Amino acid sequence: MKRKIMTPHEKYLKEVRRGKIIIKLWQFGLLAAMLGLWELLTAVGAIDAFFMSSPSRIVMTFIDLAAGGEFFYHIGVTLLECLIGFAVSMVVGSIIAVLLWLSVGARKVAEPYLVVLNALPKIALGPLIIIWVGSGMKAIVLMAVLICIVVTVISVLEGLCATAPDKLLLLRSMGANRFQLLRYAVLPSALPTFLSVTKINVGLAWVGTVMGEYLVSGAGLGYLIVYGGQVFKTDLVMTATVTLCVLAGGMYALTALAEKLLKRRNKKRGAGQVQ
Amino acid sequence: MDEMLTLDNVSLSYQTIHGETEALRGVSFDVAKGEFVAIVGPSGCGKTTVLSVVAGLLKPTDGAVVLDGKRVDAPGGNVGYMLQKDTLFEWLTISKNVELGLKIQKKLTPESRAYAHSLLEKYGLAEFAEHLPGQLSGGMRQRAALIRTLAFRPKILLLDEPFSALDYQTRLSVAENVSGIIRDEGVTALLVTHDIGEACSLGNRVIVLSPRPATVRKIIDIPLPSGPEKRREHKRFGEITNGIWKELKN
Ligand SMILES: Nc1ncnc2c1ncn2[C@@H]1O[C@H](COP(=O)(O)OP(=O)(O)OP(=O)(O)O)[C@@H](O)[C@H]1O
Ligand SMILES: [Mg+2]
Repeated sequence: MKRKIMTPHEKYLKEVRRGKIIIKLWQFGLLAAMLGLWELLTAVGAIDAFFMSSPSRIVMTFIDLAAGGEFFYHIGVTLLECLIGFAVSMVVGSIIAVLLWLSVGARKVAEPYLVVLNALPKIALGPLIIIWVGSGMKAIVLMAVLICIVVTVISVLEGLCATAPDKLLLLRSMGANRFQLLRYAVLPSALPTFLSVTKINVGLAWVGTVMGEYLVSGAGLGYLIVYGGQVFKTDLVMTATVTLCVLAGGMYALTALAEKLLKRRNKKRGAGQVQ
Repeated sequence: MDEMLTLDNVSLSYQTIHGETEALRGVSFDVAKGEFVAIVGPSGCGKTTVLSVVAGLLKPTDGAVVLDGKRVDAPGGNVGYMLQKDTLFEWLTISKNVELGLKIQKKLTPESRAYAHSLLEKYGLAEFAEHLPGQLSGGMRQRAALIRTLAFRPKILLLDEPFSALDYQTRLSVAENVSGIIRDEGVTALLVTHDIGEACSLGNRVIVLSPRPATVRKIIDIPLPSGPEKRREHKRFGEITNGIWKELKN
């Protein structure tokens, strides 16, 4: 029997693949170990399941809640608030950033305001938000928007301003106006920044939504967590928290996937490598 | 003689909060149609400033720039500016890069596009038209950048140390290449460099500038046959570059 001889590159690739698998094994192993330990310690009574809940109780609670159907309503409410907050801040924030790029004067005037707004803990505005828009879904979305939009404006503007001066010089020498500079050089250069802002905002939108729900809501996962805490239903709090983790993680993964597809499409447009 | 470009007593000072920097003082020279003029000068003397003024990107404090009979006071899309770095847009394919000037000037027609692509064809880049700049070598990128500036048929080509980012070997061959293209297409060109050899191997005339504020110290005719390589091997080449070097030194 003859073994196939591997080239150094094949060997290298095999090593890389092996390394990846080992990392994945560790990641899952760690999760399983933590869950197992948690389950075990509560089962033998070393820690009190009433305070700490346990993986099996979370699963049971989830099944119970899911059977009622109401749970999906709460998930839907939170998801909707989060998506609206995210979309509004991305769109409005980017538009504001572009307008500020177009006018150097406005940019300079706005700068101290952006700095202060960025530093301000938005939760402090909670009571004001309730006074202004009431204690419904609007308040929650507004909270999410407030948290995301300042970061969006600041980061996107930074990306727009980082366009290579050489490229702008070249376009200006060709007779380009400000809008052509924007369209042909500034926006494409800022695309990577825009993508990273998107990823950051996916996280921040969840922060804002849950914060808003703590503040005012009558429905949603944040509401379930607050309610569960008040009536000492640790299982409910844990189940809602785990669901939040899964949703936030899922949304982040989707964004990362979209980014990857976009990059691949861009790369594909220039076929094969030239030596 | 038929002049393409005239600088008449051009002076320019940069204003900043910290004060005034006088960059050009009474600079005057002409460039004839189809001529290749090289400008040499010590570093920081105001060479790039001269090109910016010709491109209309900067307004002279005093004096006038006349391009093909019209006074320049704003970028008019009549100059092809080629910078030290090729500044190809890395997210556009070579063919899209080459069409950029036409698009900006709203001159992208089937005819102008065909012309741009004929240039790619003629200078060996047709097969890379759909590639991204990152996939090309430094020399090829510089050629593509040149074609991009030629594609919208500028009245004059402004070259700001276009080869200085390349290593010495590549530099010689790209210079040979680029100057060949410029001669073939009959374009008027103004090249800025601090490399005397490069100036003498490319220019019909060499303008020597003084240290800042730049004034024209001397304008030297280069009575050598065209083609950088032929010139570098010419027996008078050393003597001419030496003369320019002395002119720069004192
Ligand atoms: N935007 C500006 N504001 C103020 N001063 C400037 C500006 N641009 C250039 N200068 C100054 O003007 C002088 C001439 O600059 P310029 O770039 O034209 O020189 P250069 O000959 O091209 O230099 P180099 O050999 O480094 O390319 C320099 O002293 C520079 O510091
Ligand atoms: Mg310069």
